[in-house]
Amino acid sequence: MEHAAQAKRWYWQRVSAMVLALCVLVHLVTIVYAVRSGLSGEALLARTRGSVAFAAFYAVFVMACAVHVPIGVARIAEEWLGLGSCAANAAANAFALLLAVMGFTAVYAMVTG
Amino acid sequence: MMRRNGLRAHNHPAWWAFVVHRVSGLALALFLPLHFWALSTALHGAAALDGFLRFADRPLFKFAEWGLVILLALHMAGGVRLLLIEFLPWSGLRKDWIALSCGCGVIAGLAFALALLR
Amino acid sequence: MPTLRVSIWRGRTEGGFVDYDVPRHESQTVLDVVTHVQRHLEPSLAYRFACRVGMCGSCAMTVNGVARWTCRTHIANVADGDRLEIAPLANLPVVKDLVTDMRGFFDKWARAKGRFEGRRTRDDDFARVDPASPARKLADAGIECIGCGVCYASCDVVAWRPDFLGPAALNRAWTLVNDVRDDAQRERLRAVAGDAGCHACHTQGSCVERCPKHLAPAAAIAGLKRVTARAAARGKL
Repeated sequence: MEHAAQAKRWYWQRVSAMVLALCVLVHLVTIVYAVRSGLSGEALLARTRGSVAFAAFYAVFVMACAVHVPIGVARIAEEWLGLGSCAANAAANAFALLLAVMGFTAVYAMVTG
Repeated sequence: MMRRNGLRAHNHPAWWAFVVHRVSGLALALFLPLHFWALSTALHGAAALDGFLRFADRPLFKFAEWGLVILLALHMAGGVRLLLIEFLPWSGLRKDWIALSCGCGVIAGLAFALALLR
Repeated sequence: MPTLRVSIWRGRTEGGFVDYDVPRHESQTVLDVVTHVQRHLEPSLAYRFACRVGMCGSCAMTVNGVARWTCRTHIANVADGDRLEIAPLANLPVVKDLVTDMRGFFDKWARAKGRFEGRRTRDDDFARVDPASPARKLADAGIECIGCGVCYASCDVVAWRPDFLGPAALNRAWTLVNDVRDDAQRERLRAVAGDAGCHACHTQGSCVERCPKHLAPAAAIAGLKRVTARAAARGKL
């Protein structure tokens, strides 16, 4: 059973990576654009407040992160910290939940702030 | 007793690409919760977000942000290389993509630095 | 006559490098050097070799930090000036001096279901396999492995996860996954998936870089990742 779960984890990490590759590209351009025009709370929120496009894009981005990141972190914990695979996967699930909750909160804050 | 490999065994481009991918991934994973937390301050209005942004507007933070932008670009381009290796017909370790990834890191680093200096 | 200063690993569980001076010859291989030391300087030196021509895969050692066949490695290509360091393969228990215990390595071939399981009997006709078919080409790409252990000794994941099957065993499994005559496909996919199997590989590429036969175990492992993930998605793993 565990090897099927591992195969699926590999698959989902790669699928989320494909989504993230596109998201990151857009995000990098956005970062440079935002920094160029000076970072102020009001200037940022003026562009994000009520924006459906911003909310949709970053909701997808957050979701892909929550899938992609914990799987990789669990492998590092196993290989470099010597964590057992059960403990590593449990920690990864908790981390995924944390990233999803914090990420969606951040998107919500930027859209409604 | 088993012997372990040292740097001489590891010293080839694909292994270094792995190290960059792993270290950048780890750094980004640790940064993400902080990033989300910082943006969440907007829940308390533009002034709260502005307060954080002004707190972070100092050389050490800017330098760290610059590093993270470069790591993000490296991790993305290096990740695309891994996807190509795993999903397309085998065409070697795609070292051309390792070079390309380095280029992406340089471009992202320069673009961010120029945007900052403006 | 020019000489070569050779540091050779001596010992079992505990050990260290011992220096020997060996006469330098033209077209000398690392195996020539080890043999010279054993015949003229240190009769108790233990090492393994058989064919001397890159066919048997028994003489692999760590030469100047890198796993290689000693019989096909010229001193001129690896010596650091007049210095040479020779150690047993990494990631395998040392029996004595330059000899490693390769049981774990070969046991993993068995665990990866690296044995052909046919379904035909002597009463059946020959299987007809088109050499130009995509599956046969994939199998052929990895079939020349002689089991020397160089890739296994070069792989970090083997060091980090002691139960990882390793590049050679997974490469062998991939050749059988692509063998249309084989009848143990499902068991094999189960054996090579997961933490101890192909999904543990991070494509560091040391197996590809170091394989003396220029095979690409990382390509085989990538293939296994795809095929096992597809099977898992269909509930057939």
